Amino acid sequence: MTTRVRILQLALVGAAVLVLELLCWAGIINRFTMIPPSEMVPALADVVVTAPWFWPDVIYTLGNLAAAIGLSVLGGFLIGLAVHAVPRLRRVLDPIFTSYYAVPTFVLYPLLIVFFGIGPTSLIVLGALFGVVAMVVATMTAIDRIPPVLVKVARVSRLGWLRTALLMKLPAASPHLVTGLRLAVAYSVIGIIAGEFILSTEGIGRRVALAYNNFDNRTMYALLVLILGFAIAVNSGLGAFEQALHRRWYRS
Amino acid sequence: MAKVVLIAETSAPGTATADVHVALRAIAHTYPARAGQGPVPALGPLDFDFRRGEFVAVVGPSGCGKSTLLEIIAGLTTPTAGTVVMEGRPITGTVAEDIGVVFQEDATFAWLNVWDNVAFGLRRAGIEQAEIVRRVDYALAFMGLIEFRRAYPAQLSGGMRQRVCIARTLVLRPRLILLDEPFGALDQQTRLLMGEELLRLWRETAATVMLITHALDEAALLSDRVAVMSARPGRLIDVVATGWPRERDTALVADPAFGVLTSRLWSLLRDESKKALGV
Repeated sequence: MTTRVRILQLALVGAAVLVLELLCWAGIINRFTMIPPSEMVPALADVVVTAPWFWPDVIYTLGNLAAAIGLSVLGGFLIGLAVHAVPRLRRVLDPIFTSYYAVPTFVLYPLLIVFFGIGPTSLIVLGALFGVVAMVVATMTAIDRIPPVLVKVARVSRLGWLRTALLMKLPAASPHLVTGLRLAVAYSVIGIIAGEFILSTEGIGRRVALAYNNFDNRTMYALLVLILGFAIAVNSGLGAFEQALHRRWYRS
Repeated sequence: MAKVVLIAETSAPGTATADVHVALRAIAHTYPARAGQGPVPALGPLDFDFRRGEFVAVVGPSGCGKSTLLEIIAGLTTPTAGTVVMEGRPITGTVAEDIGVVFQEDATFAWLNVWDNVAFGLRRAGIEQAEIVRRVDYALAFMGLIEFRRAYPAQLSGGMRQRVCIARTLVLRPRLILLDEPFGALDQQTRLLMGEELLRLWRETAATVMLITHALDEAALLSDRVAVMSARPGRLIDVVATGWPRERDTALVADPAFGVLTSRLWSLLRDESKKALGV
C-alpha cells in the first residue's frame, strides 16, 4: 500500500471522527446516544485506572480469544490438510465451505449452552466455529498453490514426506496460510466478543452489555474504543506481516 | 578463492569416455486413460546410452515426451516398459543418488536467500558447516552470484534465479546432471551466455549432462551428441555427433559447420514437427 493511500485512509477516518465530534457538540446526537469521540479515550483511561473488574475481564476475554484462535487455526489447518488429501471429500464439502459464512453461526448458541453450559467453553467453541472455516479454505488454497516443481525438487532431493512437508510445503504455502490466520483471528474476535454479550458472566463483551443496559455510556464507549483499537491493531499487524511475506515471495 | 571440485570426479574433467554411464533399454511410457480419452502413448520404445562425461542434447517436437524421458531417468516417473541402468545398477522408478535435476520452471525457494537456497541440499545431507561454506561460496562465485548471496529470489532476474537452481544442483556434486529446458524462459542473449557458463562448468567437471531443449542452435552449440526424437510417441530418429572440440564457446555460431549442423537437425525434425502440429 502506498503512503499516499495510507494518508488518505487516515484522513477519511479522521474526518468521520471530526463529523461525529461536531454532531455531538452541536447536540444533534444527544449524549444519551453517544458521547463525543474526544471523551472516549479519557473515559477508557478512567476505566483502566479505576475499574476493579477491568484487568480480570481483559484477561478472561484474551484467554478465551487465544484458545478460540488456537483451535480455529490449528483445527482449520489440520482439517484443510485432511480434506485436501481426499479430493472426493473436498468436492462434497466445497459448497458447504463456500456458503458457511452465509449461515448465522450465532444461532447455534442455545445448543452450545446445552452442551457446554454458560461459561468459557461455549465461548471458545463459538469463537472457533467462527474462524475455523476461513482457515480450512485458506489451507486448501495454500496447498493448491504450491508449485509442483518444488515437490519434484523435494523428490529429487530424497527428502521423505515429513521433511517435504516441513521444509518445502509449509514454507511454500505460508503466505496463503497467513491470509487464513488473519481471517480466522478476525472472525474469532467477532465470535468471542459477541458471545460474551449473551453467553457469559465475565469478559469485556459482557461489560459492554452491562454498560449498555445501565445507560453507562462513558464505560460502554470506552470499551468499544478498546475493542475497536485491539481489532484494528491485531489486523494491521497481521496484514503487515502478510504483505511482507508476499513482497518476499513474489516479484513486484 | 581456492578451486573447489563441484562434481565428484570419476574421470578426467570434461572428457567423454567410452564406458556407459546411463543405459536406457526399451523405455516406453503410456499415460493412462482419462475421462473421454483413451490411454496416451507418450514415449518410445527407445534405447540410448549416455557415455560417461559426455554432453547430450535431446531435441524433438513439442509433446514428443522429452520431459517424460528426463523424469524417467530422474526416477520421478516409472516407465510403463523398459529399464534405466546407471553405473551398472538398475534405477528404474527410483530417485538415484548422484543425480541433479534443473527444471525449466523457477524452482528457487522464495523463503530462503540465495546462499541458503544453494546450501539447502548440503544441509540436508548432513555435511559439516565449513565444507558447506566452502562449496556454496565457490559455486556462487562460479555462477557470478556472490554479490547477490543475501538477496531473495524475488529480487533476482529469471536468468539469475535459474543460475541459483544450477548452483544448488552443482554443490551436491552429482555425476549425472539432467537439465529440462533450463533456459527456456530466457531471452536469446541470456541463453547464449548461460550456455557458455554451462559449457565452462561441464569442462571443469566429469559430469554426464543431458540437456533437453527445443532450441536447435542451443543443442548444436552445446552438445557432443544430439539425440533427435520423433513426434509423439517419441522415438529416437537419429543421433547426431557434433564433433566440436571440448574447448568451445558461443563463437562457434560463426563457424559454417554450425550452420550445416543446425540445418541437418532441422531437416530431421521438420516433418516430425509438422506431424506434431497436425499440418
